[in-house]
Amino acid sequence: MTIPFAFDIGTAMLLIAVGGWMMVAQGTMVAVIIFVVYGLLMAIAWVRLSAVDVALTEAAIGSGITGMLLLSAAARLRQTEVTSTLPSFPIRLLSGVLCAAITSGLAVVVLLPADVAPTLAPMAMANLPETGLGNPVAGVLFAFRALDTLLEKVVLLLALLGVWSLAPDRLWGGVPALDSYAPPNDILVFFAQVLPPFGIVFAIYMTWTGASNPGGAFQGGTVLAVMWLLVMMAGVVRAPPISCLRLRWLLVAGPVLFLMVGLAGFALAAGFLAYPAGYAKPLIVVVEIGLALSIGATLGLLAAGPPERNHQP
Amino acid sequence: MNSATLFGLCSAALVGLGLFGLIVRPEPLRKILAFNLLGSGVFLFFGVVARRGAAAGLGADPVPQALVITGIVVSFSATALAVALVLRLRKLTDEVTSGLGAASKAQEDGDHS
Repeated sequence: MTIPFAFDIGTAMLLIAVGGWMMVAQGTMVAVIIFVVYGLLMAIAWVRLSAVDVALTEAAIGSGITGMLLLSAAARLRQTEVTSTLPSFPIRLLSGVLCAAITSGLAVVVLLPADVAPTLAPMAMANLPETGLGNPVAGVLFAFRALDTLLEKVVLLLALLGVWSLAPDRLWGGVPALDSYAPPNDILVFFAQVLPPFGIVFAIYMTWTGASNPGGAFQGGTVLAVMWLLVMMAGVVRAPPISCLRLRWLLVAGPVLFLMVGLAGFALAAGFLAYPAGYAKPLIVVVEIGLALSIGATLGLLAAGPPERNHQP
Repeated sequence: MNSATLFGLCSAALVGLGLFGLIVRPEPLRKILAFNLLGSGVFLFFGVVARRGAAAGLGADPVPQALVITGIVVSFSATALAVALVLRLRKLTDEVTSGLGAASKAQEDGDHS
């Protein structure tokens, strides 16, 4: 047994142990903290599976910003947490047995793989030079399966609309009450003033390098969102009212840009979301920059929640 | 047994654990956590498929990787919507159980958070 394989065994066992602990832990707050640890372990597993792009996304979104969202929700629900009872033992046993059956079924699928593993990697690599990109995952996201990426942005906006629409009628157009989570203290304010310059440079690098290395608009946008949340939570910057027109333009700018580039494909290239030969890479980079800004704003507002105060100009 | 198979078995266990938590835990926030555990198990399964599809000089097939990246972002937006629903539901239940009348409810709504 080689050392990397032993490391993988350790990671896999830790993942299962931490995942199980998350399910049985007493107290929602504890479970959410375990979830953040779990997400970081998962990012290590992704690196071991040679999927560095996914590892970055998992660490930033799966663990980081989801963890922040769940932590604040757990903190809000803590005062009113009622001790709810688990279902009766026979029901727990039955669900345990059925879930174990599903696990065994999946394990059989894993252990009896197809003779020839299906792969699109050769096709992706053969067509990658036409896009001018160096990162095959970015090639799939922005050229070969660009429609998925475009629609995903629409899903993000729809989710944000859903969150906003949970506000009471008279608070529509108000401000998310993000700064009331933690009373700002000196340490938080200090970090909110020191970290953002580094974070923003990091986000720009992440977005820019995504064309040829692991990274991209998703990861860069998430870093932007986290920096924005940090300064809003510390009270350094006030949260914007959701009726702010500039904010709304920022939210749709990326998807609209992407859609316009896609429509231009009808006139200038082979069809919807096709890029004219030779201009693929610059167009994709421009779209990625627009998307990173919009993703940053959308993720930040999704984590901030529905408006809870009226806007006082 | 190689690393891909190992993480494949790990993903199978995570899916089972997440599903169990989703069924058994009664608290809404715990259900959301379990849903995320289940989801990450499914994503890891995709990662194993990608790793097995390693070819053309790549460590893993890029198409499942791109799908998983999309999936993680969509899963976050679903989580955010679910959390907002839970918080709103809790606020409304608190107002009803703490005996606020229907008339004052509209006024109180949203003022205390």
